[in-house]
Amino acid sequence: MLHTFVAYVEDLPGVLTRVASLFRRLNININSLTVGRSERPGLSRLTLVCEASAEAGDRIRASLFKLENVVDVDDIAKDPAVTRELALIKIAATPRNRAQIFDLVEVFRARIVDLTSESLMIEMTGVESKIEGLIEVLREDEGRILEICRSGKMTMRRGHHISSVLNAMGAGPDMPAEPPLEALEEGAAGEPE
Amino acid sequence: MGTNATTQAANAHLTTPARLTGAEIVWATLVGEGVTTVFGYPGGAILPVYDALRKFPIHHVLVRHEQGAAHMADGYARASGKVGVAIATSGPGATNLVTGIATAMLDSIPIVCITGNVSSKVLGTDAFQEVDITGITLPVTKHNFLISRTEDVAPALRHAFQIARSGRPGPVLVDITKDAQQATALFDFAAAKPRPYRPHPMLHVEDSGLAQAAELIRNAKRPVILAGHGIIESSAMEQVRTLAERAQIPVALTLLGLGAFPASHPLNLGMMGMHGEAWVNHAIQEADLLIACGMRFDDRVTGSLATYATKAKKIHIEVDPAEINKNIKVDVALVGDLREVLEQLLPRIPGRDGSAWLKTIDGIKGAAAVRDIKNLPDSGHLYAAHVMHDLWRITGGNAIVVTDVGQHQMWEAQYYHHEHPRTLITSGGLGTMGFALPAAIGAKFACPDKEVWVIAGDGGFQMTSAELATIVQEKIKINIAVINNGYLGMVRQWQEFFYERNYEATPMVSPDFVKLAGAHGIQGLTVRTRAEVAEAVNEARSAPGAFLINFKVEKEDSVYPMVSAGSALHEMIRRPGNDPLVESPDDK
Ligand SMILES: Cc1ncc(C[n+]2csc(CCOP(=O)(O)OP(=O)(O)O)c2C)c(N)n1
Ligand SMILES: [Mg+2]
Repeated sequence: MLHTFVAYVEDLPGVLTRVASLFRRLNININSLTVGRSERPGLSRLTLVCEASAEAGDRIRASLFKLENVVDVDDIAKDPAVTRELALIKIAATPRNRAQIFDLVEVFRARIVDLTSESLMIEMTGVESKIEGLIEVLREDEGRILEICRSGKMTMRRGHHISSVLNAMGAGPDMPAEPPLEALEEGAAGEPE
Repeated sequence: MGTNATTQAANAHLTTPARLTGAEIVWATLVGEGVTTVFGYPGGAILPVYDALRKFPIHHVLVRHEQGAAHMADGYARASGKVGVAIATSGPGATNLVTGIATAMLDSIPIVCITGNVSSKVLGTDAFQEVDITGITLPVTKHNFLISRTEDVAPALRHAFQIARSGRPGPVLVDITKDAQQATALFDFAAAKPRPYRPHPMLHVEDSGLAQAAELIRNAKRPVILAGHGIIESSAMEQVRTLAERAQIPVALTLLGLGAFPASHPLNLGMMGMHGEAWVNHAIQEADLLIACGMRFDDRVTGSLATYATKAKKIHIEVDPAEINKNIKVDVALVGDLREVLEQLLPRIPGRDGSAWLKTIDGIKGAAAVRDIKNLPDSGHLYAAHVMHDLWRITGGNAIVVTDVGQHQMWEAQYYHHEHPRTLITSGGLGTMGFALPAAIGAKFACPDKEVWVIAGDGGFQMTSAELATIVQEKIKINIAVINNGYLGMVRQWQEFFYERNYEATPMVSPDFVKLAGAHGIQGLTVRTRAEVAEAVNEARSAPGAFLINFKVEKEDSVYPMVSAGSALHEMIRRPGNDPLVESPDDK
């Protein structure tokens, strides 16, 4: 099954190697990995998606926790969450055939972010299936797609949810005072995607 | 090594912040962490550290190969329960540590390895003797640090000690660039204290889990306690014993668990697994409840997983959440420090009558217990089992025995009975040949008043025999038993059983070990018959210095019983011969 791990890791050299090395050792391919700053100074947040057996989830999470620089790990699995991906797609397009692409971009609620006489760049944010839908349609014309750059998935649980680990560390910079722990443990589920 | 005056100076550093070089900070921090002995080998990239040593009250043991330094630190840690420290230079010095680090990793041994590296300005340029040692050791350390700023030296080292000894212990490597050793920074020992230890967030022992475990134990008809190394690491010997005695549950031990439960205890079944006695493995296969304490269901103790203890419910008490359901699916997992968990569990365990099951096991034992090679009348042949048995009797079972890897290791485990924890030191997880001699040196430094015996094969002994010179230079007393069968015996045994006796690359020519010892200034003797064993052992024990005995044992002897890799635990190759032999009275 597809596992989505969301982790807070210390923002230090070599930390990603340690995370990646764990999957390498298990011979598990990482489908996507996004990393960036989090709401907490000194901590990066990553979303890692991989294919592994259902039972492997707990062990991978336990092993990630054993890494000294890993502060928190969440295995989102099938819980209610919002997942997004960003794609930049460069298309060969001349003034004569642009109009058709503008229509497509409109339909997919994407944006044009760069335009030259021979090419244009589309920015699209959404769930994986939508991005793949757009790419598929663009592929119908051979040779049209010049480059694709995808960010990989970013995932966040729905509702007011904070892990007990982060909770114990105290609030991040932009967070209100802590409500009692029990209230935080159960994330309120929003409407599904 | 420093004098008293410098001891005072070094201690003053710990209370009054002072400006020191990175090299001085290394030693000052080690002093602060309570280190008195380190094992190492110098070289260019670690020279500043060596240069600063004279100012500090730490004894440095010069090894003959850095692998030896890591094994010594490991042996020191295993014997004492404290963190062992090894030091090496960059490049080849650092890579030579790797086998020793992996050995410590696989057996969860707390050591800290300090390596020098090239200056930070040339990191990553393939400078002379530069190697990416933090990259190389990443999968075989619990954690490692690359330090290129002097002010980070003390915090990294202190953090390294914390990591090495906390939770499930393990090795940590701290790689320090030469410029960080040379520059100065304010050394403030107290301020370099690491953040509070963060227990693994998945540790949890719920009331319901304890209740469930207690219920399983109360209702079990055929329970067995599986006792592992974790008992020693968490000092849970008393708790395990109380559990066993109160509920009358027999105890089977892993190789690294030997000593965690007294060998002479009536509930002690002995070692389980690949070379465990038949009744132990049968008891596990027949059990209706296994209570695994600080062990990880390694393949050497389970045999084939599909057929392992299929009738048994399993309770797993373990400090590492990543071990739960890894090899064997368990019914109740109590994830936490073993001693703490047992202390919570014990009040729920009432007395229990276990006599029926104990009698059944005695039945399984039957004649097998006395059909043992150690009871063979002296036929003029020398069997390794005899050597182990006699060593055990003569030393009163009180020595620290450090074994290498191979047949002799298994014979030791079968015939030297360990009453106390930390009296058997052996490489279980990695199975590292060459471990015994250096690890014994480390153990001797940890326990200078204890009798220390190395038991090594002729093959493994030659892997690190250069450390004989270290013994002499350090003037320490260690007794060495080389079990010389002329073969890489354990591999030969596999060739005999599974490769049609094709003895490819296992017959081994060795030097005259007594002369080799002599060349180092170590006394020695060769023993060829059982009649000579006791006298030689006594001579070794009473000799003032180190002593080596070259036991020329039966060449094609094999370790029995044996569960071949991947077979079910109860499918054992049994000892040949059917005649039950009578145990001689003084073997009791
Ligand atoms: C470093 C290393 N290389 C290879 C092995 C594989 N191996 C396991 S036991 C063994 C034979 C050991 O021979 P010896 O030291 O003579 O001991 P014996 O089995 O004869 O008692 C070998 C080669 C190992 N465990 N470690
Ligand atoms: Mg041999």
